Amino acid sequence: MMRLVNREGVDRLRREIARIEQGARDATAPVLPFGVAEIDRCLPGGGLMRGALHEVNGKGPDEEDASVPASFIAGLAARLDPAKQILWCQSGGGDLYGPGLASCGLAPARLLIAHAGNAVDLLWAMEEGLRTRALAAVVGEIADLTGPASRRLQLAAENSGVTAFALRRFRVPSGTARAPNASVTRWCVSPAPSAPRDGEPGLGRPRWRLELWRARGGAPAEWIVEACDATGHVALPAALGDGSARRERFRTVGT
Amino acid sequence: MDRRGASDSELSGHRPAVLVVSVGSRRLVSAVNPAAEAQGLSPGLALADARAQVPGLAAANADPEGDAAALLRLAQWCGRYSPWTVPHGDDCVLLDITGCAHLAGGEDRLGAELVERLARRGIGARVGSADTIGGACAIARGGAYTVNIVVSGGMRNALAALSVRTLRFDAETVAALERLGLRRIGDLYPLPRAELAKRFDAALMARLDEALGEGREALSPLPPAPVRWTRRQFAEPIAARESIEAAIRTLLESLCRSLGDEGLGARLLVLTLHRVDGESASLAVGTARPSRDVAHLMRLFAERIEQIDPGLGIEDMVLAAKTAEPLAARQLGLRIPSPSRGEGDIVLDDDAAMLIDRLANRLGARSIGRLLPREAHLPERMQHFVFAFTLGNAGWRADKPRPVRLLPRPEPIEATAPVPDDPPLNFRWRRRLHHVARAEGPERILGEWWRGTREAELLRDYYRVEDQDGRRYWLFRAGLYRPDARPRWFLHGLCA
Repeated sequence: MMRLVNREGVDRLRREIARIEQGARDATAPVLPFGVAEIDRCLPGGGLMRGALHEVNGKGPDEEDASVPASFIAGLAARLDPAKQILWCQSGGGDLYGPGLASCGLAPARLLIAHAGNAVDLLWAMEEGLRTRALAAVVGEIADLTGPASRRLQLAAENSGVTAFALRRFRVPSGTARAPNASVTRWCVSPAPSAPRDGEPGLGRPRWRLELWRARGGAPAEWIVEACDATGHVALPAALGDGSARRERFRTVGT
Repeated sequence: MDRRGASDSELSGHRPAVLVVSVGSRRLVSAVNPAAEAQGLSPGLALADARAQVPGLAAANADPEGDAAALLRLAQWCGRYSPWTVPHGDDCVLLDITGCAHLAGGEDRLGAELVERLARRGIGARVGSADTIGGACAIARGGAYTVNIVVSGGMRNALAALSVRTLRFDAETVAALERLGLRRIGDLYPLPRAELAKRFDAALMARLDEALGEGREALSPLPPAPVRWTRRQFAEPIAARESIEAAIRTLLESLCRSLGDEGLGARLLVLTLHRVDGESASLAVGTARPSRDVAHLMRLFAERIEQIDPGLGIEDMVLAAKTAEPLAARQLGLRIPSPSRGEGDIVLDDDAAMLIDRLANRLGARSIGRLLPREAHLPERMQHFVFAFTLGNAGWRADKPRPVRLLPRPEPIEATAPVPDDPPLNFRWRRRLHHVARAEGPERILGEWWRGTREAELLRDYYRVEDQDGRRYWLFRAGLYRPDARPRWFLHGLCA
């Protein structure tokens, strides 16, 4: 008898449909869920607030510390509104690499990149972008985010509904890195040792230590997550269920 | 229009004076003032002869570069009368007043105003207006009046009585013509062309034909005329930011109205400001798509107003649409085909287009763009940064793990790799030592051999490595492993 139904294929299609439906819901909801219950629980509304300013820090001010936050933001920004462009403002030369961003879920075709010569122009470009409803998100790589500057960005984001990400990189005078500002959430994303795939040589999915320093209406928290996949989603390694990730998590959080 | 010596009060006075240039060891007169001319001096004379002829002659060194710069400033100054001005030769400024003369009340009024305004600045000027550049120059130099207008078709008659010198032949030709008794341009008319061309060089006929408008049209050295042009004069010079802004808005409104009549939108607008002190400045704003949206264009100018130095005041403003295109294209919108994964196309709507204009005008057009993939072997060539409106193949290869940030150029590192083809055990980059905990590779990438021999020999073995803290890097060893040579390692990218 002929097999009419390919069970695996149907399942895959169902998952795909669910994902698309989730995407459509995502685009209109007031928050963007991470899709990881443990993280969404800690955020008011159950996800990252749209139309607000979010600050993302790296482990330190060095150049290598800016790649993990960039991937984290790329994954989030890509899921905000898939039909719209994302403005990414950099100061100085550009180092974003399209093929790498694509593997974090952000199609480079959606990216508009602006190079600003100085911090003033960069903040100006971000604010201009935040006033344009045609964008899904505005990302700005900046050293310092002062109270007044962050309030301006937050206000512009609130008015237009465009989500803003401030990627903190480069050195700032000591003590100002964690000075308070108007960001709705403040994150720190840094690399964490990954777990090799079972019995396979080479590198597994990268892992990050994701710290929520501050969330308006939420509480600080910290997780070890697996980096953004090609759909821009992070995942908890505990889902692997072999216990190794749990030990890892425990160890890293304890240090 | 003669400006020579105008800045020097001694030379512009009533005493005979000359400007002098050095040619080899000889000092030659290059220019004379009216008083010196009256004494029979003319350019080309040796200074010693001139001094012998006119005792008490004042002489100063000529400054050809200063003259050229001043002439250029003068041409810019004339921009208030025409969008098309350019210095010509060493003492002349050309204005194309086609379609502009009526703004000043006709050619004669325009000429008179020009002469009067220049006179107030101490610049003696003569104006000639004719159908051809050569004719206008000749009549300006040799015409009977300060402002000479040659009506269309009247060129032959108007030039007939002028000296052949006004056509600016070289000195030898002039001397030869005068030896033959051919002193006026009209003397040349009845002569057989073939004879003239044989006796003198071809340039003579060409010059004459150009002036009379009978030869082939000379290629115009001028930029193409703008599509639309508006001008505003101020009775009281303005300097306050608000007034300047208001004036720009008025100009924009009138320009956009006339663009609208023709269904056009501006792509490049140039605002020229003429200051009371004779200096001029211009501001250009470009739009990625044709626009006649006053509010949008005003915003582009508003960003740049602080760049304007009004000095003592601005007396004249000219706004020209240097490039304009049909506006119909605007409604089409711009669609960027989205890469796989079933997402809809990304639409670059009007809002996004205006944002790009604003960013481009403040940050520079090359500072706003997007990444396009390129077929190439080397990672640094696989993408290029293009202007934001460039559409291209959106197909990015995401089949292999790649860094999110690529260093502008690979940076050399000190790496310890025990076995050929093994990833390094540790490496030092920017003075920090990293121990490699895990690695993947090698992935061999070869140069693009068609680019040349150096490229053909290029070989890189790339490794993705993770250090003790979980940081991931993209490294490569340059060249094949050779036991006799120390391998060179580079860090190229920073991974997620």
